[in-house]
Amino acid sequence: MTLVAIEGLTVDFDGVRVLHGIDLHVGKGEAVGLVGESGSGKSVTWLAALGLLPGKARVGGRVKLEGADILGAPDQTLDRIRGGRIAMIFQDPASALNPVLTIRRQIGESLALHRGLSGAAIKAEARRLLDLVGIPDAERRLSAYPHEFSGGQNQRIMIAMALAGNPDLLVADEPTTALDATIQAQILDLIRDIRRETGMALVLISHDLGVVAQTCDRVCVMYAGRIVEEAPAAVLFDDPAHPYASGLIGALPAIEGPRQRLSAIAGTVPDPRALPPGCSFGPRCLHATGACTQAPPALTTFGDGRRMACVLAKYRLEPTAIARELVDA
Amino acid sequence: MVYFILSRIARAVITVALVVTFAFVVLRLSGDPALMIMGPEAPPEVLAAFRSAWGLDLPIWQQYFSYFGAIAQGELGRSMRDGRPAIELVLERIPSTLALTLPALAMKVGIGLPAGIYAALHRGGPIDRLVMTLAVAGFTVPSFVLGLVLVLVFSVMLGWLPSGGQDSWRHAILPVLTLGIGGAAILARFTRSAMLEVLGQPYMRTALAKGVPWHVAIRSHALPNAAIPTVTIIGFMVGTLIAGAVVVESVFSWPGVGRLLVVAVANRDLAVVQCILLLVAATMVASNLLVDFLYGYLDPRLRTGARAGAH
Repeated sequence: MTLVAIEGLTVDFDGVRVLHGIDLHVGKGEAVGLVGESGSGKSVTWLAALGLLPGKARVGGRVKLEGADILGAPDQTLDRIRGGRIAMIFQDPASALNPVLTIRRQIGESLALHRGLSGAAIKAEARRLLDLVGIPDAERRLSAYPHEFSGGQNQRIMIAMALAGNPDLLVADEPTTALDATIQAQILDLIRDIRRETGMALVLISHDLGVVAQTCDRVCVMYAGRIVEEAPAAVLFDDPAHPYASGLIGALPAIEGPRQRLSAIAGTVPDPRALPPGCSFGPRCLHATGACTQAPPALTTFGDGRRMACVLAKYRLEPTAIARELVDA
Repeated sequence: MVYFILSRIARAVITVALVVTFAFVVLRLSGDPALMIMGPEAPPEVLAAFRSAWGLDLPIWQQYFSYFGAIAQGELGRSMRDGRPAIELVLERIPSTLALTLPALAMKVGIGLPAGIYAALHRGGPIDRLVMTLAVAGFTVPSFVLGLVLVLVFSVMLGWLPSGGQDSWRHAILPVLTLGIGGAAILARFTRSAMLEVLGQPYMRTALAKGVPWHVAIRSHALPNAAIPTVTIIGFMVGTLIAGAVVVESVFSWPGVGRLLVVAVANRDLAVVQCILLLVAATMVASNLLVDFLYGYLDPRLRTGARAGAH
């Protein structure tokens, strides 16, 4: 069952296209990872889908929540979806919480908006949520302000706030990037536990492949505003097919075995105002051929649940294709 | 909190003392009150008698200490011109000044705040550009120029309003406008930039992402944060209620504290000048103190800092 379906989503800032038609489905209860470098369009995809980009952004395509179009829906509809159906948490929890409002007020706001609670019921439920996300002494801490908590605690509070609306999908945008390594693991454990209890779907946006591998069922790799490969997490990490995806995974240090130089992908991410012709990854790709500069390759579906956008994909994923072409010739 | 309040009050007292000292030294270095008041043709023995009557023949440090001693006892000295207590002269001018500065303050806040908030919420739109153009014009034009232009238009050309004096409420309109326009412009610019800063903060996106409607997010998430820097400017404006109209009172011949100050300085009427400066410094310091306490109320981060400081 598809919960959210994004089809052909495009975003332009000041006439510069930064998202080139994203197709992405998230099933009920599924955990999908979005990985890629900064500026590859991971966050923009979801901010655009929820109508949270600044007014100067031009958004095109379709976003459907259980079949109903939500892109460009009236504000009243979106206000019920945001937080109520799809909740979002962000990278830097300390600045994502309002510094002059108490935690109780900020969690209570969601409870009032999406669950219709008021007064004592808000306080009781906010306390339960703080307990749930592991903030000790919840009763007393409700009247504290964000600066009185640590970064990890603030992210827990963000999660409590997101849970307040009983969402069907949590979009976690780099939820652990600003935190210490030990705290990162705790926050990820918390997200996993909550998913087990509530059956909530998760979109985990991260540039940390390890985080995504542990948490997600399916992973999409993004590059320069496009999805270049999508596969079940286990398949992608064992056998990345797209040259960019395999470059990313090849760049991870091996935990076991002798120390080796890390392999890096040469070059840098292209400027969205001056994308190379054809495949955006072409100039950095070790396998690029003349065909790569013709047109951006389409995201094509292959067996084993994989999608990939590369002119070489069919040779890579369907070895018989080479033989067939030779016979045809 | 007690530590916070005491330290702010101690700082306020030191500030006032420094202002008074500065005024005391500068006034005595820049002219001889005896010559100013008695006139340059006065015989030397008259000048000497004047000086010894007012204690001006004593060494300056002795004058300084006896002056401070008098202030400590609430004695602010007498005018050298007519012998009346300086404080009386000053106090009787205060209502006149407040009759200009209070309506002007209301105008600054009443126009500047909404204009700045509106401009920020409609950034880049025609109204934003209009407000900002007017604001730049309003605060770059000096008040004496603006005052004279208003007189030229409304008194000389149109003949609608009087150009000076204090005979009716109509006389107050032009000076209030002169004061209010510039202040509203400053406040509008400041409020706009404070709002824009806040609107770009991640917590605004968080509020919208959890389904808070836009206008509610502005009211309950943006405004409380934008109020913190805005309060500083409004506090400064409150601090200038008494001394902020020196130029405008002179342009419009309005008999307030500002005009008294100009005349007293010209005459080196030491007690009156010092009394005014003391009052001005005290109001400025008091409004700063008020702003500090308001900060503590508006920004919980400072409150905790103050609490931590008390331990």
